Amino acid sequence: MNLTLLILLPLLTAVLILLMRNAQQVKWTALIGSTLQFALAFVLLFAFRNERAGGNEAQMLFELQYNWFPALHISFHLGVDGISVAMILLTAFVVVAGVLVSWNVTKMTKEFYFLLILLSLGAYGFFMSLDLFILFFFLEIAVIPKYLLIGIWGSGNKEKAANKLALMLMGGSSLVLVGLLGVYFGSPEKTFDLMTLSQLNIPVEVQKICFPLLFVGFGVFTALFPFHTWVPDGHSSAPTAGSMFLAGISMKLGGYGCLRVATYIMPDGAKEYADIIIVLSTIAILYGAFATMMQKDLKYINAYSSVSHCGFVLLGIGMLTKTAITGAVMQMVSHGLMTALFFAVIGMIYERTHTRQVNEMGGLLKVMPFITTVLFIVGLCSLGLPGLSGFVAEMTILMGSWQHPDWFHRIATIAACMSIVVTAVYILRAIGQTAMGPIKAEYANLADAKWNEKLAAVILIAGIIAIGVAPFWLNDLVSPAAEIIMNKVAGK
Amino acid sequence: MLNDFLILMKSELVISFIIFLLLFIKVGTEMTNDRLLSLVQFLLLANFIAGFLFNEAGSLFGGAFTTNALMAFQKSILSLGVYLISLLFADWLKKSEHMPEFFMLMLSALLGMFFMISSGSLLMFFLALELSTIPVAAMANFDLEKKLSSEASMKMILSSAFSSGILLFGISLIYGATGTISFTEMPALLDGSPLQILAFVFLFAAFAFKLSIVPFHLWTADVYEGAPIAVSSFLSVISKGSIAFILLTALYKVFGPMHAVWYNMVMILSIATMVVGNLFALRQQNIKRFLAYSSIAQVGFILVGISSNSIEGISSVVYFVLIYTFSNLAAFGVAGVISQQTGKERIDDYKGLYQTNPFISWILALALFSLAGIPPTAGFFGKLFLITAGASRGSYFFITVAALNLIVSLFYYLRVIRAVFMDKNEQPIEKINMHPSTKLGMIICGAGIVLVGLLSWVYDYIVNLSM
Repeated sequence: MNLTLLILLPLLTAVLILLMRNAQQVKWTALIGSTLQFALAFVLLFAFRNERAGGNEAQMLFELQYNWFPALHISFHLGVDGISVAMILLTAFVVVAGVLVSWNVTKMTKEFYFLLILLSLGAYGFFMSLDLFILFFFLEIAVIPKYLLIGIWGSGNKEKAANKLALMLMGGSSLVLVGLLGVYFGSPEKTFDLMTLSQLNIPVEVQKICFPLLFVGFGVFTALFPFHTWVPDGHSSAPTAGSMFLAGISMKLGGYGCLRVATYIMPDGAKEYADIIIVLSTIAILYGAFATMMQKDLKYINAYSSVSHCGFVLLGIGMLTKTAITGAVMQMVSHGLMTALFFAVIGMIYERTHTRQVNEMGGLLKVMPFITTVLFIVGLCSLGLPGLSGFVAEMTILMGSWQHPDWFHRIATIAACMSIVVTAVYILRAIGQTAMGPIKAEYANLADAKWNEKLAAVILIAGIIAIGVAPFWLNDLVSPAAEIIMNKVAGK
Repeated sequence: MLNDFLILMKSELVISFIIFLLLFIKVGTEMTNDRLLSLVQFLLLANFIAGFLFNEAGSLFGGAFTTNALMAFQKSILSLGVYLISLLFADWLKKSEHMPEFFMLMLSALLGMFFMISSGSLLMFFLALELSTIPVAAMANFDLEKKLSSEASMKMILSSAFSSGILLFGISLIYGATGTISFTEMPALLDGSPLQILAFVFLFAAFAFKLSIVPFHLWTADVYEGAPIAVSSFLSVISKGSIAFILLTALYKVFGPMHAVWYNMVMILSIATMVVGNLFALRQQNIKRFLAYSSIAQVGFILVGISSNSIEGISSVVYFVLIYTFSNLAAFGVAGVISQQTGKERIDDYKGLYQTNPFISWILALALFSLAGIPPTAGFFGKLFLITAGASRGSYFFITVAALNLIVSLFYYLRVIRAVFMDKNEQPIEKINMHPSTKLGMIICGAGIVLVGLLSWVYDYIVNLSM
């Protein structure tokens, strides 16, 4: 299949949205566009599996390459492997759910959906790029829509949060830019092409400078400690769909970049700094978990727990074993779905109760059985209940980590494991206070979920359960690609 | 000989023709401003298109005047800028009693810039530079009833005179050191002796004045604030662009052998310019001063590209100036329309602009994102290519400073975006009725901002010219 479709379709949707006359038309255009994206992502999945089943062992499938700026060796080079396909699927799930959840947006509807679709365009492009320049291009495309989404449609201290997010993410991408230029001029051949760069042996001293630049740069996007501070503010101020996109897609751009760009083309740098990554990500995991315990606001709870969960992604990458890297990718997908669903549910509750404070709620199970059930499911997924995706992903990472026999890795693994207990504490407490107990009088007449909210929740839950019950399809998709990265690290 | 003269100097001849035509119209007819404006716009468009026809390389007057395809393209960029100014500030121009004079002055300055770009000797360069500066000082005084405008004009005159003096001193020193004023003979005679370095420093200081490189930038903000917005935009885009082009020629072709000397100089000045421009822009309240400091910071970025001394350096600078023409003129155009109709020039007045004027808000947003270097606008490509060219010298420190400055600049551009799109205002600027040609100008700028980056053949074309 032609990968440009995945870029052209959002582009076309965005343009059509601009041409629509009223809010109703805008919403339906966005929904149809995102449903087509969803379908296209599945077409891609099946086409990919067919090719692999047919014995096509090429590292990247469906590659296409146009010269873009030949003078600077920049080409529009797209291609996917298992990891990209998984991330594209995740994006499609979150986008369609995000569009459904925002059905009640009345303020500047057209602009809202335009920006949402633009964000998805950036994400698709990013996950398919095999040229570092266009990868960077798509990475930055996704920054400004986030800023506007939070600043215009957000709540609370939204302008400050939007500014903080935009500047920190731009800071991250500036580091990425310096790192990319270092690679471009430091490698034996001047090229931005990821596949070519992975074949070249970039000198070790260049790797030692550029790896941390790229890893930290991408790490800012994925809440690498201590650059995670934009996460709580950004997520809690964003509108519902904004938080879903931020946590579900945007934070994954960073993890994917750390893996695909930093680790893959500079394996020596990765080995050099692996211990530091492990220490930082373990701190993020524990710190995120403990910080969540202190939160009273549902959005803050999910935002800090995202720091903790994304710490697992970086831990998996830092461990540098095939299983751990596979787990890291699975965790990205799982956390993307889970956190998007979590934010969606929080949005639904907030729309009805007009509060996000846990201690002001109670007994919601009686009036909104559907919404609270979804809250239960997502909470259980977050704390790692077997049968849901969170368990599978985190277990894979921890198993991969345990493969290192030395005490340093063991301690990090055990510390990361302990966070699961903390997670259970804060999740169960939050859900218990929200759903159980006596109900307040003013909440007694609240309505349950509407069709669009139900549909969004069902789509995301389907994803979570599909991974939780049958993890092998995702594992089969990801692990060959992870193996290639590991072979590169091992110097084969 | 005559044929050569006609072909090689055709852009200059066309401009002279338009100037004389305007003179005759002014003296001989009673044309209304409306019709005259349409005529001038048409002529300027024709001039822009003519810039792409019959381009040949060659030299005249014993090498004092040279031209080639790249220079022709640089001139076309400047012509495009002048055409856009005639579109964007139509409302202001129409009300002016002295519109023909305004265009005569602006075109004289443009003529000077054309000669400057084509100059092949220091003497020609000096003459052309003066021709390109003095009319602008008169233009800065065009809001005749405003005191600030006269003040701006006075400051402009004094600082240009000062920089001309420095330039002449530099020229005489370099003539004393090498015995020639010809650009082609000079490189072979340069050996980096202290006297030559001293002469170069004086020459460069004159360039720095015109480009408002820190620490020679102090006149910029005051002049931009006082002068009519059309003139500020001319100063910040077209004057700066032309000086950047001639700086390329001067540094690469003439002083190429002294690259090791000027690389460090350019690097330090570039960092200072970016940092000072950005930090001062952070706190500006007046949109014109804001754009003045932001354009100082942009010049710092141009210097990053210039420092590379390579073909990428030439092409990225020319490309960036093209993009900068679209982006900065769009921003100035919006500021001009608002100031013309409401008299409001403070950033706080822009609060809630999106509610009443979505079209110009989007144009302003596109322009500012392009200036900040956010994709998919062309500014992203422009900035990135400048930084790539600069990085080819391998100084991580320099590139990191440049990249960090991108964040600072984003911060203050977002301030305006935030005022326009997010902040609430009890009395936002009312709905603005624009002259159709202003709207056309904004659409051209917007299209330029989006397309020049994504369509890579524009850059390829420039690279081919730079070879």
